[in-house]
Formats: sequence, C-alpha cells, structure tokens
Amino acid sequence: MYRSQVLICGGTGCTSSHSAQIIEAMEKELKAVGLENDVNVVKTGCFGLCALGPIMIVYPEGCFYSRVTVEDVKEIVDEHLLKGRIVKRLLYDETVTDTNDVKSLNETAFYKKQKRVALRNCGVIDPENIDEYIARDGYAALGKVLTEMKPEDVIQTMLDSGLRGRGGGGFPTGLKWKFATGGNADQKYVCCNADEGDPGAFMDRSILEGDPHVVLEAMAIAGYTIGANQGYIYVRAEYPIAVERLRIAIDQAHEYGLLGKDIFGTGFDFDIELRLGAGAFVCGEETALMTSIEGHRGEPRPRPPFPAVKGLFGKPTILNNVETWANVPQIILNGAEWFASMGTEKSKGTKVFALGGKIKHTGLVEIPMGTTLREVIEEIGGGIPNGKKFKAAQTGGPSGGCIPVEHFDVPIDYDNLIAIGSMMGSGGLIVMDEDNCMVDIAKFFLEFTVDESCGKCTPCRVGTKRLLEILTKITEGKGTLEDIDKMEQLCYYIKENSLCGLGQTAPNPVLSTLRYFRDEYIAHVVDKKCPAGVCKSLLSFNIDKEKCIGCGLCAKNCPASAIERTDYIAPGHKLASFAIDKDKCVKCGVCMSNCRPKAIEKK
Amino acid sequence: MKSLEELKAIRDKAKGGLAVRDESDASTKIVVGMATCGIAAGARPVLNAFSEEVARRGLSDVMVKQTGCIGICQFEPVVEVFQPGKEKVTYVKMTADKVAEIVTEHIVNGRPVTKYTIGANE
Repeated sequence: MYRSQVLICGGTGCTSSHSAQIIEAMEKELKAVGLENDVNVVKTGCFGLCALGPIMIVYPEGCFYSRVTVEDVKEIVDEHLLKGRIVKRLLYDETVTDTNDVKSLNETAFYKKQKRVALRNCGVIDPENIDEYIARDGYAALGKVLTEMKPEDVIQTMLDSGLRGRGGGGFPTGLKWKFATGGNADQKYVCCNADEGDPGAFMDRSILEGDPHVVLEAMAIAGYTIGANQGYIYVRAEYPIAVERLRIAIDQAHEYGLLGKDIFGTGFDFDIELRLGAGAFVCGEETALMTSIEGHRGEPRPRPPFPAVKGLFGKPTILNNVETWANVPQIILNGAEWFASMGTEKSKGTKVFALGGKIKHTGLVEIPMGTTLREVIEEIGGGIPNGKKFKAAQTGGPSGGCIPVEHFDVPIDYDNLIAIGSMMGSGGLIVMDEDNCMVDIAKFFLEFTVDESCGKCTPCRVGTKRLLEILTKITEGKGTLEDIDKMEQLCYYIKENSLCGLGQTAPNPVLSTLRYFRDEYIAHVVDKKCPAGVCKSLLSFNIDKEKCIGCGLCAKNCPASAIERTDYIAPGHKLASFAIDKDKCVKCGVCMSNCRPKAIEKK
Repeated sequence: MKSLEELKAIRDKAKGGLAVRDESDASTKIVVGMATCGIAAGARPVLNAFSEEVARRGLSDVMVKQTGCIGICQFEPVVEVFQPGKEKVTYVKMTADKVAEIVTEHIVNGRPVTKYTIGANE
C-alpha cells in the first residue's frame, strides 16, 4: 500500500523535455531516503498542459508541479514526500489560491471548462499497466456487449448516441457500422486509423500514449458487432512511444485473454495487429490506408465501393479514427442518452483539440461540442501571449481553413465550422496573431499538400503545384489582381475534380484566407507590402539616421556586410550614423535585434 | 479471461491503488505531522498504518495526507482529523497500533477516541 503517488507525464511533449530522466532521478532519491515502498512513481500519458511540461502531480495532495527539472527532484523528495512541505515555487501558479493554499487542477481555467471523455484516462493511469485500465472500468464495456447485447443493440446504441467520426469527416459512426453488418462475407475487418498527419495535431498520439487499451477494447466491440475477428491498427512509425505502448497493451490483453480466442467464454475470437505507416499524409485517407495495409504503395482509389462493402483485402471493413474509438466504451457503459446529452443538436459529445501556435497554454484540451472559439482560446487557452492581437484560428490542418475574429462566438461543431469555411478536421487548432501573414499561412499549407500529394490524379498533382506557384509569386510581390481571380478558379477546379479527400480539401486554406483576408492579398499585389511583415521579398529595413547613435553593432553583425557608416552625425550624437545598402541586404533582421536605440525599422 | 467475475476481481483489486488519484472531495481528512520532529518520534509508521487501514476498509471519502510541523513537538507524532462541521480532533503521541482503533471508532463510528487526544495528555 502506497501512501503517496507521484504521477509523471510520459507523453511525447514531456518526454522531450526529459521526463524519463526525472522518473529515474525520482526513483533514486526515494530509495536514498528509504521511501521506495511508501511512494509509488507512475509514468502516465499526457495531462494536456504541454506548455508547462515536464509535469508532475503528487497525490493525495494533488499538487501540480510544472516545468520540473532533474535538479528539482531532490527538493521534492526531501521537502514534500519526506516532510510533507509542498514545494510552492514549482506549483503551477493557477493552482495556488490567494490565501496560499493549493487548489485542485480541475478548478483552473485550463481544466474547468473541459469535459474529458476520450481523454478520461490520459494522465490518470499508467498506460503500460492493464490493471489500472481495468480499475477505471476498462474492458467492462466489452464484457457487457459480449454477454448482454446483440449486435443490433450495439448498433442502435451507437446510432442513438449521435457519435460522428472524429477524424474530420464527421460521418455517423453507427451508420458506418450498420453498413458493414449486411452481406454474408466469409471475413470482415476492423481498422483503426492512427495515421495522424496534420501539422500541429497530436490528439490521437496522446490517446494512444496515455490510454492504449481503450482503442483495443473499442475495436473488439466493433468486431463483435459486425462479425469480424481481425483488427488492424495503422499507426505511423514516427510515433515510437505510441507504437511501443500499443505493443505492450496488445501483449497484456492477450495474457489476460481479452484478445484472442473465446473472450469471456462467449466463443468470440478477436485479434489485433499493428501496421506501421511510413508517414505519408495521404495514408490517412481511408482507401489509401487500406491499400497500404495490404502491402501496396499508399494510394487512394475511387469510392464507391465504400470500405463497409468492399474494404481491406476486398472484404467489408470498418475504419474509425483513434478518438472515435476512444468514445465507444464510455457510450456502451453510460448509455447513448448520456453521450447525446453533451454537445449540440447535430454534433454530440466532446472533441479533443490540440492547441498550438500563438497561445499561452499550448496543449491538449477536450471540450463539449458547442463551446465557442472564444472560450477555447481566451479561457482554456489563456489567450495570446505578449499582448498581441488575435487574428485567426486555423482548424482542420491542411484541409481546413482560417476562422477570423468575427466568428469568435460561433459554437464549435461539424456543421458550423463548414458553414464558416473551415472544418472540424481531426482537431488541430493553430492560433495566429497580428504577426502572422495570411498569404504566407496559405502558402505553408499548400507547400505541405504539394509535398504530400500522392500523384495519382492530375487535379491534385498538377493543380496544387500551380496554386503554390501563384501564391509564391504573390508573396514575392510579383502577383497581379488577375492572379488572385485565377487562383480562386483553380481552387474550385481542384476541389471538384480530385480523387480523394486530400485534393478535395487542399485548396481550403487558400479559399478561406481569400474569403476573410482578401485585403492582405490585395496589399501584397497592389501595394507590394506585407502588412504583417513576414514576406521577406516585400520587406525593407531602414535605419533612422536621427536615432542612430553610431555604435556600429548592426554593421558588425550583418552577415551580408550591407551596412556602412555615413557622413551624417545626428544632432546630439557624437558618432556618424549608419545606413543599409538595399541591394546587398538579405533581410535577415539581425541588425534590428541588435540595435539598442531601436533605430532600425522594417516595413 | 473467461468470465465477467474475473474481470471484476481484477478491477476491485486495482481500484484501491487508484483511489488516491481521484480529485477527491474527501469529507474526512487525516493529517499526519511529518516534520523532522514528527519523523524522529516515529510518524512514518503511523502514516503508513493510516493509509493501509483506510484502504483496507475501502473508505473512499477519507484522505490521508501529511503536513509539516504542527507546533507541539513534545507531543509528536501528532495526527489531526478534520471533518466538515465538526471540531478538529488532535491525537498525540501516536503509534501504529493505535491506528486501527481510531479508524474504527472515530472515522467509521463517529466517536473520537478521547484517551489518545491532546486533552487527555495535558
């Protein structure tokens, strides 16, 4: 029996800031003071507040220590665990009350508005220990389904719950399962799409790292429902921690007989295998993913036939994304009504978002559908750092769009986001402030899709390339108004004619920025200016000769030797001022960051 | 895994270990003074005994925690019991073998064990 438990985040974010070494140091220090049998050190999945990592929570007090270093460990052991004195300097400041008491993490702005369903075990259990998953009602839903429910009951529950695909499309999960029940195929399959590829998205990764068993359990439930006995998880090889924990989870489930033959003595067999993807973005598209599992080059194929009819190896297959799976056992245990009570009319439940970009609390949040963007960014996310002004939020990654400030109060759900020109996507949410150039953002996402286009169909392969060329032309100040119109036309052409979701959505970043930030495009084309000061070709650096004190730091640091002293001495100064030779200047901005009197400006 | 009972047995066994991580709105708090004076007087076995006893009885609304010096070092080990709406009870000169009695009488049956409290020792 442990009297105290120390939970340390072993997610990717905290691992990259050395949480593994902290765990090691913690175990060593505990041993040194003879507490190794009193205090339990647990490596968990992501807590969500990645910006404050590495994170450590000490129970029973519930102390939330943030940005812990290996050097801090000894102090935590000596003071807190040995003597019961909380190390206040390491506490996350929002968990300290005015009276200097510790308050629960759930009362902080970051957690208060969250509702954790898919993430319920992340940061709570040790993902490498099946007992802890079972302690939190793990595999109880599978037991209930196998012993009490008929396949049609499960489908009815899924339909009633209103759960829609969390990978981005938003297709009703129950309906997808229903389509796969028909027919009398000799073999069916259940697949998990863990090929999360949007830049800035880490929802699925965190679920796999923090709660791998939930995916296994949900897949087995689906297997029973449609009559499949084989599952595949397609996960990218770039997620080594997730892959490792999935392997451990599958082994443990086998050991307990929760995967394999005759589960719960009901005669139901189910097994799961891992397939590692090499990181091609297009393999997140369902038909391309299945082609890749079959061992071929990952390319999409036309639909219909849909996977539910003719999927993996030509057999009926259901494919859901990690977050969708993570909701399933909770729906079975708590009922469809419970799930449908959260969210909006057409989008039920919660959604996980990966908050990134210009935001204070970078991290992972799960909110009920219908929460507004304002609540997510200003309250949960803590707002924009450095007093900058919010410009737009990008959702849906390279398939989504930018949402400007005028839609700040729109409740987030599938249909609302599409109506304002973006999409839910898998849940990446990148916040941009006044220093971001929207043309440059559109260009960034286009560069990504051009790289990732598989090349099978022409509209996507050639169209996105041409689109990027026009965008590049605009950011270099060589664009014309005609180019903007041409670009818009091309966008619609690509959307209408591409084979798969990648091409059909690739122009969205351009279209949505054109819709809301056309003035920025026009500034680039007509005034040859980049209002945010990002597009280098349109910038020029100038030294204000009246402010220049002639110290020469700029000239000394200029990598292009583009700065020289002039003959002019400003009134009140002793040394002659400097000037930039615009022909030589490479616009790196080093001079500006070195200038003490702030005499250099970029325009 | 051949039956639901098997699963339930694993769940019940593992559950106790996780209870401490629930953001508890524990109504009863048992606080053990674990400053240098307390540790020297033998507070650690007392703390462990409380944790074990509470877990053994499955008292989910009871939280066992430690604190620093309570300020009456001559009476260490000191244990304070806080319950909402009731006056704080302070047990002094605690030993591990007094723990079971305190948990049974005070925490479960609501009758503080006065012979171990500070009032009886002054």
